[in-house]
Amino acid sequence: MTTATRAPALRFSGVTKKFSGGTTALADADLAVAPGEFVSVVGPSGCGKSTLLRIASGLDDITGGSVEVGTKRLGYVFQDATLLPWRSVQQNVGLFAELEKMGKAERNRRIAEAIELVGLAGFEQHLPHQLSGGMRMRASLARSLVLDPEVFLFDEPFGALDEITRERLNDELLRTHRLRSFAALFVTHSVAEAVFLSTRVVVMSARPGRVIADIPVPFEYPRAPQLRYTPEYAALCGEVSSHLRSV
Amino acid sequence: MSAADTGTDVAATSALDEERVVATAAGPTLPSRPGGAGRTAARLGTRIGLPVAVAGVIIGLWYLISEVVLNQYQRFMLPPPHRVLEVGFLTWSNFSPLMSALGTTAEVTFSGLAISIVLGVGTALLMSQAKWVENALYPWAVVLQTVPILALTPFLSFFFGFSLTSRIIVAVIIAFFPIVSNTLFGLQSADSGMHDLFTLHKVGRWTRLWKLQLPAALPAMFAGFRVSAGLAVIGAIVGEFFFKQGQPGLGTNMSVYTSLTEGEQLWASVLTASGLGIAVFVFFGWLSRRVVGRWYQPERR
Repeated sequence: MTTATRAPALRFSGVTKKFSGGTTALADADLAVAPGEFVSVVGPSGCGKSTLLRIASGLDDITGGSVEVGTKRLGYVFQDATLLPWRSVQQNVGLFAELEKMGKAERNRRIAEAIELVGLAGFEQHLPHQLSGGMRMRASLARSLVLDPEVFLFDEPFGALDEITRERLNDELLRTHRLRSFAALFVTHSVAEAVFLSTRVVVMSARPGRVIADIPVPFEYPRAPQLRYTPEYAALCGEVSSHLRSV
Repeated sequence: MSAADTGTDVAATSALDEERVVATAAGPTLPSRPGGAGRTAARLGTRIGLPVAVAGVIIGLWYLISEVVLNQYQRFMLPPPHRVLEVGFLTWSNFSPLMSALGTTAEVTFSGLAISIVLGVGTALLMSQAKWVENALYPWAVVLQTVPILALTPFLSFFFGFSLTSRIIVAVIIAFFPIVSNTLFGLQSADSGMHDLFTLHKVGRWTRLWKLQLPAALPAMFAGFRVSAGLAVIGAIVGEFFFKQGQPGLGTNMSVYTSLTEGEQLWASVLTASGLGIAVFVFFGWLSRRVVGRWYQPERR
């Protein structure tokens, strides 16, 4: 999927981030994501993985290096679903489009489409507290899909879910990725999840975070759930884990 | 959607249906549990039976003090309940002025509360927009709450006279602070993750205020209104104690009955005043459930 000739959708060049408290979260981090590519980032806790996403989205500034984002259409899914509790699923899914001042007819069409895509059809009028954790994450995903993002940032979105729900949402995310073909930067603690989803898995060092390994994942898309039980998959997970242990 | 996904959707639907049942069931009790009717009755019993039992204890104590502890010369301080009922409420020549006093006090209470809400919410909104405003004003909101009304009476009467206006100002002074502190707390209560959603899309402060901070603040604001509703009644009565010109309110009458040692009418006024306090408290509880109860259910957290 990588097309070296095209400009990357997202590129970090020598990015450094020092917090005012004196902690250095990132030191000279280099990473590029091509259009349509799915890149996962794994690394020890506190290595600046999430900071990478906050920087890409403009929520945090950098203290050195440079960041290029090739689009204004940016999706972002956080660790928590961060749905507004007083808004229905439909209103929550429409939030980003509303804040971007998208026209009402266009917005409603896209909301319906995104809700359908994440499998929440029929629950438009439900409030977040009436949903399970997995369904809240689907709504959170749909909220970004409404913007039809070219670059999609994921900050451990499925970390709080049980294994079965997580695997199901992984399968669905891959299907959505094939339909919408955004460039994804996916932060996770789970090596298995990273390998299953990605075209490349990037391993970061302990703080201050740097990229220490960049491992291509050769499996063809679409990936069947059964991929998880093949020896090739296990071997690749093992390789990523060995890099993680070395940091 | 392909056929392979249908299984997923069915599973998700049934999981949600389960949660929906819990969400619509009354309170935290589980639905369709054997003996559900008995449990509902038991719950009603504790919700209504216990306060009634406490009322019984209070009336018992009241009789004990009135009939046993106090002798006939001291009894004016606390006449027995049936005498309060007879003289205070069931004698028309006493009941009619009691009701007109209630009307006056209610007017002062509602005016004071309305002004407190407008001023209090406005002040909190200003404070939420700039830290320096909060730093500048918050200590003075605290000071205002601690100023003894007694010390303000000469000042208030000089500018606003001895009538309704001064009484309302006293009610405002007493009811103001909980509204400011609760509204400010509420406006600052949205967590940073939710703020990030708005920062991500570079919205202006008004959009952030209107679509995030204000809705998030509503439960705390209503909690403040409820506290202030009770305080506004107290403020109105204290105001009537000091500013006696014009229509007499419950506070005006209490002070008169105290000097005339009219215990029955004094206590009838006290009960009426607390009835007013309970009424506004219950009203704001109801309003709060109407406005935010759909999504804010602290007992389920």
